[in-house]
Amino acid sequence: MTARAQTPPRPAALFDSYAISEIHRAAATGIYDIRGGGSKRRMPNLDDLLFLGASMSRYPLEGYRERCATDVVLGNRFAEKPIHLKIPVTIAGMSFGALSGPAKEALGRGATAAGTSTTTGDGGMTPEEREASALLVYQVLPSRYGMNPDDLRRADAIEIVLGQGAKPGGGGMLLGQKISDRVAAMRTLPPGIDQRSACRHPDWTGPDDLEIKIEELREITDWQKPIYVKVGASRPYYDVALAVKAGADVVVLDGMEGGTAGTQEVFIEHVGLPMLAAIPPAVQALQDLGMHRKVQLVVSGGIRFGADVAKCLALGADAVSIGTAALIAIGANDPRREDEYRALGTDSVAYDDWHEGRDPAGITTQDPELAARLDPVLAGRRLANYLAVLTLETQTIARACGKSHVLNLEPEDLVALSVEAAAMARVPLAGTSWIPGLA
Amino acid sequence: MPVVDLAATTVRELNRTLHGLAEGSNETDWEIRNPRGAHAIAAGLDAPLTVTIDGPVGYYCAGMNKLATVEIAGNAGVGVAENMMSGRVHVQGNASQSAGATGRGGLLVVDGDASARCGISMKGIDIVVKGSVGAMSAFMAQAGNLVVLGDAGEALGASIYEARLFVRGAVVSLGADCVEKEMTDEDRIILEGIVDRAGLAGEVSPADFRLYGSARKLYHFNPDHIDGY
Repeated sequence: MTARAQTPPRPAALFDSYAISEIHRAAATGIYDIRGGGSKRRMPNLDDLLFLGASMSRYPLEGYRERCATDVVLGNRFAEKPIHLKIPVTIAGMSFGALSGPAKEALGRGATAAGTSTTTGDGGMTPEEREASALLVYQVLPSRYGMNPDDLRRADAIEIVLGQGAKPGGGGMLLGQKISDRVAAMRTLPPGIDQRSACRHPDWTGPDDLEIKIEELREITDWQKPIYVKVGASRPYYDVALAVKAGADVVVLDGMEGGTAGTQEVFIEHVGLPMLAAIPPAVQALQDLGMHRKVQLVVSGGIRFGADVAKCLALGADAVSIGTAALIAIGANDPRREDEYRALGTDSVAYDDWHEGRDPAGITTQDPELAARLDPVLAGRRLANYLAVLTLETQTIARACGKSHVLNLEPEDLVALSVEAAAMARVPLAGTSWIPGLA
Repeated sequence: MPVVDLAATTVRELNRTLHGLAEGSNETDWEIRNPRGAHAIAAGLDAPLTVTIDGPVGYYCAGMNKLATVEIAGNAGVGVAENMMSGRVHVQGNASQSAGATGRGGLLVVDGDASARCGISMKGIDIVVKGSVGAMSAFMAQAGNLVVLGDAGEALGASIYEARLFVRGAVVSLGADCVEKEMTDEDRIILEGIVDRAGLAGEVSPADFRLYGSARKLYHFNPDHIDGY
């Protein structure tokens, strides 16, 4: 007897295991999913670009012998004391509150060892962070938690945050379990309650007001400090143009791959632009205004490897900023603690419940016992190592393209592996001279 | 008394001069003439100076003030005394939006009205408005005290945390999670102290005020309160 022919199980493309489990979870709890990190969906990204390297018509530089410089100056438009970085990679803003004290210290140590800057976050500046960071960027956020003029003057640069790539148009919520007495005191709020971070600034609306706000911050700091304006990738051409008009020294552009300490999954995955689509219009805006390389562009969101850094620079950025990768470098998502991640219902690769404060690596937590797991000296060393590798990889590519400075990389060095990537990055589809939308 | 004429001197020069005064300087009283609505006048002061401004000022006058007393003989633009840490700022006219926004300490007195978002995200400042305040005042107010002798506009105290809002006149509407509260003796003492410091002792009675504050229902996110958000 022959077996009856059966149709094999066929999962729906739309109703896949994630969608079904999420609907079940929503039905069971009545609340949307909140998590940390950035977008996890597949989308056109920097991996869809390749460098061409040198050939008959391009002359490479000798590896390990000929100099390929990596230094970057940020903020020399108006500020009397611009920032001098040894490498084109900075550490993005992450708050004390979202991160533990040792984690913030480790970021400062690593950045300082590598000759670059780190950044405060929503919650103010801690003395430990200032002590550990030779170059510290102080964020001015809508919440103004911990904001004070002394820290403005103590900072090396000021970053006005309009939005994050993970949630452009959104504020934040630090859940009560991470609100220790110290975090609460810094934010002038009761311990243990959920702390909402506003999505709009309290004392200005729109680019004309922003210009005056920047003027005030310059007056308070006697025009010494570079002033950055950070935007989530949303309408990069206009946002960058308006930031320049408002008087920014530096524009920071954060793509949707960029992480957050915690927000709604629906926000992370469905609002904003990926870096590939965001960088070219931002650079175009600077070029149209005659301000490219005069107002520096720092881009962030999903940077992992030196190749990512090199591609961002080739597209026209002056530097990149890393957040998630820096946390991994200091010890986040540590496979040696796999059992503990599994006990939380996840694994070391997927773990993203940063908002819950139970991080086995002791990084996204305010639990003293967990936080004590992170040795800031060792973790800082790891970050410095990682930054060195990013820099070496960037130099490797730049030399292969014949560049004596990493900022000499250019779109002409790139091709795209897909039509979508070519159209977004505004570089030719590999093997053709076709740039969709432009030619 | 040093006099600075902003018809002949830039705001940048003025502020640098005020910031650069040596500790213990005898030049503690300053007069600013011809402000003509310029922005960021006397921003970032960090010394026990008295600065009198003879006319209207633009945005962020006395922004982030510490220790200083700033007297504005005129109207003030957006964000007067924003993020003030300590000291005293007195607006003899009206104040535009976001007066005293995010202020962490000190006293802001407005003789006239204050526009929308007065005391937004206040974090410890005391604000006295002798006239009325506009819509969304004390939005997300965290700490400190807002005293309004006149009326308050729509959505007073929306998403308020631990600030106290004393209003003598009518309130158009309360914002999310803001409720009227019974005034305790402690509240009354606080109100009397602020009224005294504002120079209104004997002119107003705490009994004429109503107190508004947080119902604390939004302190922990709860989907059952979705109608309140």
